[in-house]
Amino acid sequence: MKTTDHLGRPIVAVTGIGVVTSLGQGLDANWAALTSGQSGIHPITRFPTDHLATTISGTVDFLPSSKEGASALTQELADLSSDEAVGMSGIARGRFDGPLFLASPPVELGWQDRLSLYASSSEEQGYPRLLKVAREKLTAEIFDVAQFATIADRLADKYGTRGLPITLSTACASGATAIQLGVEAIRRGECERALAVGADGSATAEALIRFSLLSALSTANEAPTKASKPFSKDRDGFVMAEGGAALVLESLESAMRRGAKVLGILRGCGEKADDFHRTRSKPDGSPAIGAIRAALDDAGLGDDGIAYVNAHGTSTPENDKMEHLSLATVFGDNLKRMPVSSNKSMIGHTLSAAGAIEAVFSLMTMREGVLPPTINYDNPDPAIDLDVVPNAKRSADVRTVLSNSFGFGGQNTCLVMAREAF
Amino acid sequence: MSANDVVITGIGLVSCLGEGAQAHWSILSAGDAKPVYDAERFAPYTIHPLPQMDWSQQIPKRGDQRQMETWQRLGTYTAGLALTDAGIKDDEALCASMDMVVAAGGGERDVSVDEAILEASRSRNDHELLLNEKLTTELRPTLFLAQLSNLLAGNISIVHKVTGSSRTFMGEEGAGVSAIETAAARIRSGQSTHVLVGGAFQTEHPDMLLGYELGGYLHRKRWKSVWQRGANDGGGVVTGSGGAFLVLESRAHAEARGRKAYARIDAVASGRARREGNDLATAVSGLLRSLPDFVATELVISGASGAHAATAAERQALREQGSHAVRAFSTLTGHIKEAQFPFAIALAALALSNEAAYPPFDAENEAAASAPPARAVATAIGYNRFEGAAVLARA
Repeated sequence: MKTTDHLGRPIVAVTGIGVVTSLGQGLDANWAALTSGQSGIHPITRFPTDHLATTISGTVDFLPSSKEGASALTQELADLSSDEAVGMSGIARGRFDGPLFLASPPVELGWQDRLSLYASSSEEQGYPRLLKVAREKLTAEIFDVAQFATIADRLADKYGTRGLPITLSTACASGATAIQLGVEAIRRGECERALAVGADGSATAEALIRFSLLSALSTANEAPTKASKPFSKDRDGFVMAEGGAALVLESLESAMRRGAKVLGILRGCGEKADDFHRTRSKPDGSPAIGAIRAALDDAGLGDDGIAYVNAHGTSTPENDKMEHLSLATVFGDNLKRMPVSSNKSMIGHTLSAAGAIEAVFSLMTMREGVLPPTINYDNPDPAIDLDVVPNAKRSADVRTVLSNSFGFGGQNTCLVMAREAF
Repeated sequence: MSANDVVITGIGLVSCLGEGAQAHWSILSAGDAKPVYDAERFAPYTIHPLPQMDWSQQIPKRGDQRQMETWQRLGTYTAGLALTDAGIKDDEALCASMDMVVAAGGGERDVSVDEAILEASRSRNDHELLLNEKLTTELRPTLFLAQLSNLLAGNISIVHKVTGSSRTFMGEEGAGVSAIETAAARIRSGQSTHVLVGGAFQTEHPDMLLGYELGGYLHRKRWKSVWQRGANDGGGVVTGSGGAFLVLESRAHAEARGRKAYARIDAVASGRARREGNDLATAVSGLLRSLPDFVATELVISGASGAHAATAAERQALREQGSHAVRAFSTLTGHIKEAQFPFAIALAALALSNEAAYPPFDAENEAAASAPPARAVATAIGYNRFEGAAVLARA
């Protein structure tokens, strides 16, 4: 079997996947819920919602660290999904021996810690008091939680990844970027395998309020499971959510040599930054179009090469319109034959984790021959002419998937996956 | 020499010493460079402040400036200096195809909102309600974007039109090490032809100091050089505001557009040795020895932070590996966190292109150079975790 691609580079296989979302922990629970059109969106109970415009989310509330703050939960989400993925790959935990790329939210010192530091002294006021407490008391544990590199360092210890782990953020495209970095490292011949993880447990009151202030969130609080409605005419913003996913990326040659089960092929990655605005995309869609085209080129496929699109599909007025425009521009008439669905209709927008979670679901779509639906598609937007796999799953023979990730700050990253090498 | 050699064709620098590659070379090579610091504003901590900045020199639109706080302005400004230096700034096609890797922390929080909440928390027990009340009414929407790590890169795309690709690595010195390592690997393998890489850090904000001091890392007594800070003076780190961006190119790409390079990056090494225990010096030695021909390298631009364990280990490792002219620039600029490694690389490149070593920055602790350097090593041994080093040669 050929183990290099159309450009002579090592073909990159996926040999392990793991996932946690508001729908549950693990691949089986998630896939069953996702294909039955179940929503994981619910009223927020983690913190009081008085004064908040949005009171719903897709938080992960069933883990031991669900109430321990963004850093602790993000770590648990990354760890659980890595554990499932590495376990599935057959590589010994603790001897992964490839680089780690972690997409995670930018962590800051949380309010829980800020307030407890403040309460521990009565001298000085404001930040001078926090600094005084930091100077005079033992605060090493809180220090560790607020360092960007802590989670990746701990994962590196546990899984025995190689070298300096990279923690990255490309906003809502982060999960896809982590995968792209792994693919590139394998193609450069630096390693035979890489662990790409996206995790986000940052649905705190402050994070929710910040997104609210940008008018990015749905306020359909009355019916939480109906709030995320990508491609619908009455869509009114995304639903903030949490989750984690991990992929073991491995050169096809290495996977075959050790007899590992190949779950799919990471065939191409494309990227293009937007220079238009901090939160809005260029009206002509050219950066998203550029990113999709770059991914197709990288995968060696034409505009007839994609069978299904796992959309970014956030349910914001702007994203869904722009995503449709870019897909229509790139695929032309082919788009009529291409189903396009959004997992976010069920799990909400998992932010830094979204690209990795949706890559895992894309691989499952091909393996199982089942398209997960776009739920809550009751009021189609006539301006968006897409087969969104409305409301119910559908069987389909899917050989290739395009997965889109677009984020604040002009980040656009697209992945092309294939069921098998060809 | 190879077409895919990684060469540096643009340098942007800002520190308390001034702005621009040439200004830094002039000041640092003159031999009497004095640190610029402020021991009052954040006492008992000393910081190295930004020089007077005219942001509009690199960020002409007031609207763009208003969307950022100082950290993002500083990074965007410094990136502009590097692009200008490389002759790319006004070349739309080159910017549109240029890749970018930014090493970033987070942006500045709103001090007055935070302090109002902290103070109000003393007289109430319903802290979660308090947060909702204050944050919903007092946070400025634009501030969220000014805090997001990847929005430094986002602003560089908007202001300078660098849009080939955009990746942000987070996490102290290691982010800067990985940014340089990844950018160089992409060029060497042909995945990129030209990359903008670097970072910025704005320390004049109490939350940024808190980020170090929760770990007990800040020096708390009168200013001393990096090598002289004692354990009874605090944690050893004196921070500085600054930025460092580089334009890295393949040799073929630089030559095709007729650009002269400052220097060539031959290898980058990185690691994650534990700070506790006695093995750190051994690990740093191993890191340095993994660079080709380290022993014969004349000049070492050290990113030592002053943090006791990491700085002592680096010093010991360097001594064991021969007699180099070691220059710890943070004595003069302060520790610039995510930008530390790019800054070290920039100073190494300037010495190579000028064919001269810097005079000692601390004459008691740094030896004079014996010869003009043909090679130079840049280091960043993280104050808390992760380390990296690179070897550069004349272009």
